[in-house]
Amino acid sequence: MTLETFEFVRETPPLGEGDDPLHGETMELNMGPQHPATHGVLRVKIELDGETMRKIEPVVGYLHRGKEKSCESLGWAKFFPHTDRLDYVQPLMNNVAYALALERLAGLVVPERGQVIRVLLMELSRIAAHLIYLGTTAIDLGAVTMFFNTFKERENIYTILDAYTGHRMNNTYVRIGGVFADVDETVEGLVREFLERLPAEIDDWEKLLTGNRIWYDRNRDVGVLTKEQALAWALTGPNLRGSGVEHDLRKTQPYSGYERYEFEVPVGTVGDCYDRYLVRVEEMRQSVRIAHQTLGHLQSTRGGEFLAEDRRYVLPPKDRVHTSMEELIFQFKIVTDLRLPSGEAYHAVESSKGELGFYVASNGTSQPLRCHIRAPGLMNVQAIPLLAEGRLLSDMVAIIGSLDFVMGEVDR
Amino acid sequence: MDVAGEATGTVPRVREALEGLEHVWLAPRDGLPAISVARSVLGDVLARLKQRAGFESMTFITGVDRLPAVPRFELVHQLWSLAHDDRVRVHTRLADGESAPSCVALWPGAAYMERECYDMFGITFDGHADLKRLLMPDDYGHHPLRKDFPHQGIEPDRLYREWDRNRRSHWKPRETAP
Repeated sequence: MTLETFEFVRETPPLGEGDDPLHGETMELNMGPQHPATHGVLRVKIELDGETMRKIEPVVGYLHRGKEKSCESLGWAKFFPHTDRLDYVQPLMNNVAYALALERLAGLVVPERGQVIRVLLMELSRIAAHLIYLGTTAIDLGAVTMFFNTFKERENIYTILDAYTGHRMNNTYVRIGGVFADVDETVEGLVREFLERLPAEIDDWEKLLTGNRIWYDRNRDVGVLTKEQALAWALTGPNLRGSGVEHDLRKTQPYSGYERYEFEVPVGTVGDCYDRYLVRVEEMRQSVRIAHQTLGHLQSTRGGEFLAEDRRYVLPPKDRVHTSMEELIFQFKIVTDLRLPSGEAYHAVESSKGELGFYVASNGTSQPLRCHIRAPGLMNVQAIPLLAEGRLLSDMVAIIGSLDFVMGEVDR
Repeated sequence: MDVAGEATGTVPRVREALEGLEHVWLAPRDGLPAISVARSVLGDVLARLKQRAGFESMTFITGVDRLPAVPRFELVHQLWSLAHDDRVRVHTRLADGESAPSCVALWPGAAYMERECYDMFGITFDGHADLKRLLMPDDYGHHPLRKDFPHQGIEPDRLYREWDRNRRSHWKPRETAP
């Protein structure tokens, strides 16, 4: 699906090399790690020639907490709360990605209702993450109203998640084999109300931004990424689709029953910041579409199982633990000594930032051998010099915003 | 995700691209086509996978420390092809202190992945122009994802202590009026 777009007539030619009166002497500028426009503790070392950026070096690691090592010390099940803190604007998406990798290693099948609930949670997470992108990028480029608009809608998503999980952030509601609890009708009602209102809100925001001359000039032809570059630099997700590659893991390698949902994959034409913005806005609309379909599937699977019945990996229900000796033993075994079969497995989901994958290796004991997190954000940070070198300093803010990363996931 | 690589053509394509280079097919639990190669041919294998088999993108590079085993490390490269939409994984065993060939020239996006691998495991990559630590501080003396690195860390307050010592050495008591 190609997005409709348009072109303003450019009145002033871009600044050439000879026109720059400040050309000749370079200085080093340190942007971050405490800078509001770097979206977290990212530090960028920039060598400036006048206002032109000659050499750029991102420095990451300020938020490194050793998550992969924590997984090795905690064990498979107890690592779930830590996955929330990776990309902390979409905790449930990280939960699902990790759970899917473990299920693939264990050969476990999730019941249908569990898959539907997961898809609903993932699409709500995607909308929430794209709202953060839209609000923060807009406030960095001077459109302060957008920040309040998007955060108002994010608050509604928090209300839904609060009603379902009891937490606003860091929900940890996904388990190996399904989800922790069923979605009831109150939550469904909240979701339906939210989904009915959101498309009109998105249209309103587009009126503020898409045709806005300042927004257009700050984003169009800034940070142009070709298809070949995007592939070679391991970029995925909206950054890859903005460059015109129609690739979405939900379509090409479906998981959690995504093959049953109807949605389209938006694709850009130029590969600049403006295309990446258009792609993300359209993705929000498509997420609304998918979430609407999950509501239908929720009705048709009402009363079904949402957690697999496999006592090697899945905790028994609490009421049965209190009455049955066997279930009590299972509970004790799973909490103290959860073992996954020996071997390796990789599973990736289409997160809001790109391909979020977990590579898990087990040696058959309860202590994980390795859990590697393939973070899309790290690859997005790596591409900053590629897009920004040779451009003006003010473009840096637009490029950092449009690449869209969260430092919790980059540094792990 | 394609499980039977034979049916979709991944296995024949990779086999054809790697003709003449020794490789062993593995059967991982996720069913992904995976091969094991020796360190001496790893560079050729990766180059051929990109040039002949069309794997345009590197998904991740990571290490696995299987400590009691010899050789100790396992280096894992996972590649992805957009045109064929399939993946392949390459496993290489390395002893402590052995280096691997860098593939930054083939996939520029591999630069951070190799830096992270060096940072976490101490595996060095020949031909990497800027091989330094990625996540840990530059003067950190350890490789934390090695199995012999303790979970609670080594001197976790070292940086604070150095800062404090430095601060005290510059500190002079305030002169009081006589």
